[in-house]
Amino acid sequence: MKVSMTVNGKSVTRDVSPRTLLVHFLREDLDLTGTKIGCDTSQCGACTVHLDGKALKSCTMLAVQADGAAITTIEGLANGGLHPMQESFWENHGLQCGYCTPGMIMSSTALVQNNPNMSESDIRHSLEGNICRCTGYHNIVKAVKQVAESMGGGD
Amino acid sequence: MRIVLSVNGKAHELDTHPGQSLLHGLRGEGYFSVKHGCETGECGACAVLVDGQLTNSCVHSSAQAEGTEITTVETLGERPGQGWKLTEGLHPLQRAFVESGAIQCGFCTPAMLLAAKQLIDANANPTEAEVREVLSGVLCRCTGYVKPVQAVMHAAAVMRGDAQPGDWFTPTELDKFFIPSPPDAGSGSSAPAGSSDTLVNVLPRVLIAPQTETWKRVGRPEVKVDALKLVQGKPAFTADVEPRGLLHAKVLHSLVAHARIKKIDTSKARELPGVVAVLTHEDVPRVVYSTAGQSDPIPGPLDTFSLDRKVRFVGDRVALVAAESADVAERALKLIEVEYEELPPILDPREALKAGAEIIHDETEYVDFDESDAARNLAAHIHIDIGDVEAGFAEADQIVEFDYVVPKVQQVSIEPHVAVTHWDEDDRLVIRTSTQVPFHVRRQLAPVLNLPIRRIRVIKPRIGGGFGGKQEVLMEDVPAHLTIATGRPVIYEYTREEEFIAARSRHPMRVRMKTGVMKDGTITANEMYALSDTGAYGCHALTVAGNTGHKAMALYVGDGKYRQQPNIRFVADVVYTNTPPSGAYRGYGVPQGFWPVERHMERIARTLDIDPIEFRLKNALQIGELQPFSTAWSEGREPSPEIIETNGLEECVRQGRAAIGWDQKFGNSAWRELPGKPHLRKGIGVALVMQGTAIPYLDMGGASIKMNDDGSFNVLVGATDLGTGSDTVLGQMAAEVLGVGLDDLIVYSSDTDFTPFDKGAYASSTTYISGAAVVNAAQKVAERIAHRAVLILNEKGDGPDIDPGEIHLEDSRAIALDGRSVTFSEIGHHSLHHAKQEQIMAVGSYVSPVAPPPFAAQFAEVTVDTETGMVIVDKLVMAVDSGIIVNPITASGQVEGGMTQALGYAISEEMRYDGKGVARERDLRDYHIFAAHEMPELETIFVETFEPSHPFGVKAVAEIPMDGVAPAVGNAILDACGADLEEIPATPERVWRALNLNK
Repeated sequence: MKVSMTVNGKSVTRDVSPRTLLVHFLREDLDLTGTKIGCDTSQCGACTVHLDGKALKSCTMLAVQADGAAITTIEGLANGGLHPMQESFWENHGLQCGYCTPGMIMSSTALVQNNPNMSESDIRHSLEGNICRCTGYHNIVKAVKQVAESMGGGD
Repeated sequence: MRIVLSVNGKAHELDTHPGQSLLHGLRGEGYFSVKHGCETGECGACAVLVDGQLTNSCVHSSAQAEGTEITTVETLGERPGQGWKLTEGLHPLQRAFVESGAIQCGFCTPAMLLAAKQLIDANANPTEAEVREVLSGVLCRCTGYVKPVQAVMHAAAVMRGDAQPGDWFTPTELDKFFIPSPPDAGSGSSAPAGSSDTLVNVLPRVLIAPQTETWKRVGRPEVKVDALKLVQGKPAFTADVEPRGLLHAKVLHSLVAHARIKKIDTSKARELPGVVAVLTHEDVPRVVYSTAGQSDPIPGPLDTFSLDRKVRFVGDRVALVAAESADVAERALKLIEVEYEELPPILDPREALKAGAEIIHDETEYVDFDESDAARNLAAHIHIDIGDVEAGFAEADQIVEFDYVVPKVQQVSIEPHVAVTHWDEDDRLVIRTSTQVPFHVRRQLAPVLNLPIRRIRVIKPRIGGGFGGKQEVLMEDVPAHLTIATGRPVIYEYTREEEFIAARSRHPMRVRMKTGVMKDGTITANEMYALSDTGAYGCHALTVAGNTGHKAMALYVGDGKYRQQPNIRFVADVVYTNTPPSGAYRGYGVPQGFWPVERHMERIARTLDIDPIEFRLKNALQIGELQPFSTAWSEGREPSPEIIETNGLEECVRQGRAAIGWDQKFGNSAWRELPGKPHLRKGIGVALVMQGTAIPYLDMGGASIKMNDDGSFNVLVGATDLGTGSDTVLGQMAAEVLGVGLDDLIVYSSDTDFTPFDKGAYASSTTYISGAAVVNAAQKVAERIAHRAVLILNEKGDGPDIDPGEIHLEDSRAIALDGRSVTFSEIGHHSLHHAKQEQIMAVGSYVSPVAPPPFAAQFAEVTVDTETGMVIVDKLVMAVDSGIIVNPITASGQVEGGMTQALGYAISEEMRYDGKGVARERDLRDYHIFAAHEMPELETIFVETFEPSHPFGVKAVAEIPMDGVAPAVGNAILDACGADLEEIPATPERVWRALNLNK
């Protein structure tokens, strides 16, 4: 089946099998391997991308369902250089192994965009769909909070 | 279009298009054993069996193969496709190729195996001629075909039950070939195996030096450490790894020899769907550099840009394209519009220095080196005076003066130049490339790409031959610029035509010899002037020409008082012309020198009526004498004296003349004539030659050795095995010191991130320089092993405490004087896990103060057709003093393959240009390299000497086989029919002209 969408600002059209998941389409057909596969059951959040500006686990969706949509992956998040969220994760040691990081960053950026005024507890609850086994979440929350605050929010 | 075909019994559905070759169809399906060597069905590296018939897949379309059954090497053997399959699983042909040394670079090996399989499947008992015939469609540039032919014969015998696998080197066979030195010199013993006894002919005769008696690994015909993967066609070469999102690069080459680019319009090319980037001189940094892969500082002018506003030869770069496929990139080239302001080209080097000649390098960025002078088209100038040449001429009874000409020839590695670049995840540029000089590529490309050295990683995988052509940072910048521009991986693979028009070649030279001699044959003074043509760029201009004098003019010092005070002059002008750049090619200037020197010596000997061998030996350099050039010149750096410590030349002459039957044939007019064939004449000729071993005080090799739990070792070397077998001989030296087998070593070369520095594979230096580095590292590791063994033994307390000095290493054990021992596996586990843990590991490096020359006597026997001028070379015998021979199989492979390239230099190879600078030779049909069925008989004899400057007594072997064949053949032609050639190759036309001028 033919599917067309905008990925990281570029329009792409590909012939895909109807069973192809969006995450496989991104990784295998478009070589955008920044998006990770952690569980195949929509529990870990490593595959999170933006679909029309909203965070979405790309293993929950078929590629054909995304026909016509605008997708952003970790590769397309920053416009040259690093996105403030990437900077903040770096500065605050918000990653260890880095495998959940792309999904975590995609979730966080959608989060702060929509809710600049979040408490630490709000952030923790909002990121519950992204699992990290390394950090204990402490520095991730710190990183997200710093970005949220810089955007004019606060406790 | 979709087609279905079967590959190795498995059905494949291919999405293809009518223009796709079966070669690319099969590689696209992951059959990487099918190799790209040309696009015109001439080299045969891409051959597969289509319904059992050997077919060159590069000239067969995928669509044509619809419904056929295809066989590739991946299916040979008992357990194909399994990573753990070992020698037991090999097809008898594969096993024979591995054991016989039939594999050097291994690039043509898959095709050779399939050709042989087709033959043996149909004919269980083929003759040697039949084997040569079937292999004639697969060109090999490494082996000289001796060992592949023997391997096929042996495999057929095994399959018939007439031989056993692995029975090549029984102790009796070894005793026949390895003869203790000094032998009965005067006996004139001939080769133990006659030419009809072909099955054991892969071993050379070796006159063994006494120092080697107790060695277990050095000196043995060990199997090459990389042979298994190569004989199985595994994806080991540069182009066999295809990263995601790979783009294909193509280069627009200039169609004019000399012009300024007024305008380039790339807009149409950029608009072509699938084109990702088009770069011209306006898009890349303008950085002047040299493509010659050499140590810092580059001993030559800086005169090259990745892309320039000017083109200087037909084939020079104009623009670079990256596209989603090679076809699209190719189409984009045709859409680039270039407007030139043409300039008069200089095509004859004799025109270059004339006043008023067009200046080829008028760029302001040009950086001179030594005596280069761009304003005079002079890339390098050399003037070396040793002794008093004019006084020497004045003392002579006779002065002999002649001119000689040597051609431009190509290295012709069967694997063309190829590089794959990508940004890694740390934004470092990774360059996977077919190079002889990975560390020079990294250092020299850094400024060109505007990246610090630390942000470049160069990986050298297996290489399909180089022969000097890859001692060049030739084309890695193309995919690198395109990766930088696009962010994507890029592959750039030369076509065979690009190899001819846009790669490097041997400097052609016009040489004048002037020699003063006494009536008794004493040389009183010897002078050479060389006009060398470096083409459009000055890569290797100075050092190649320097070597011409430094080696070829060093051999004859004269006799008597002249031995102490030789009179030698060497002058060279290296000029620019508007032809493709010359560069490094095995021998590096020395073959250019020995054609004149050895033809000249023959003429002098005949003029004086002195035996040509006696005359040569009377004047030749001897042990204890100074290499005359060592105090006069060292590539523009400070020279230092070198005394000749070893020289087996006289013994080489004795052995070689016996093997070829000199005493029965030379001067024997009855032998020269063939009954019933009055137009044919036989002749015999000789040439004596010398080379060097590495560049003193400059060439450095490094190695590190690390011990693992099980007593195995990683041997990491920067040295660059390009098919020569250096990984194997370096491994043998490490194994000898460590008391292990070659199976206990994992030898790896090379990766600028992981292996220590090595200047790379050139100047015949790897066994000597990198070998000493390996020995150095191994000795340090051995010392740590001894300490660990003492720790373990004393802990056990089974006897009196011992000292590390009482430990020796043998059979993977550390053994004390009283016989107590510890295995290396115990040592590995103990050192890593049990007590006082440490990583047993060491780094060694080596640079040499001297460059001990190998010496050789080259003999040739020819038949000349005096009516047509056609020369058939019947036999070549080379007796070589290369010091100790670490591996007689790989070393003789060097000599056989080198003699074969040199045979092309003598007889058939030549690159010529028309009046507009357009190459006449652009493929392997017009440029003729020798095929299996055209070969003369080759015989190699090693006369070992123990070179005291090296721990295992080695000297170089790789380049010296290039030096003597042409003059020996030329002298044999003279002997046969009186044609006294001054120019090679000895084509029928040249010989015919020489004969008819003589009448």
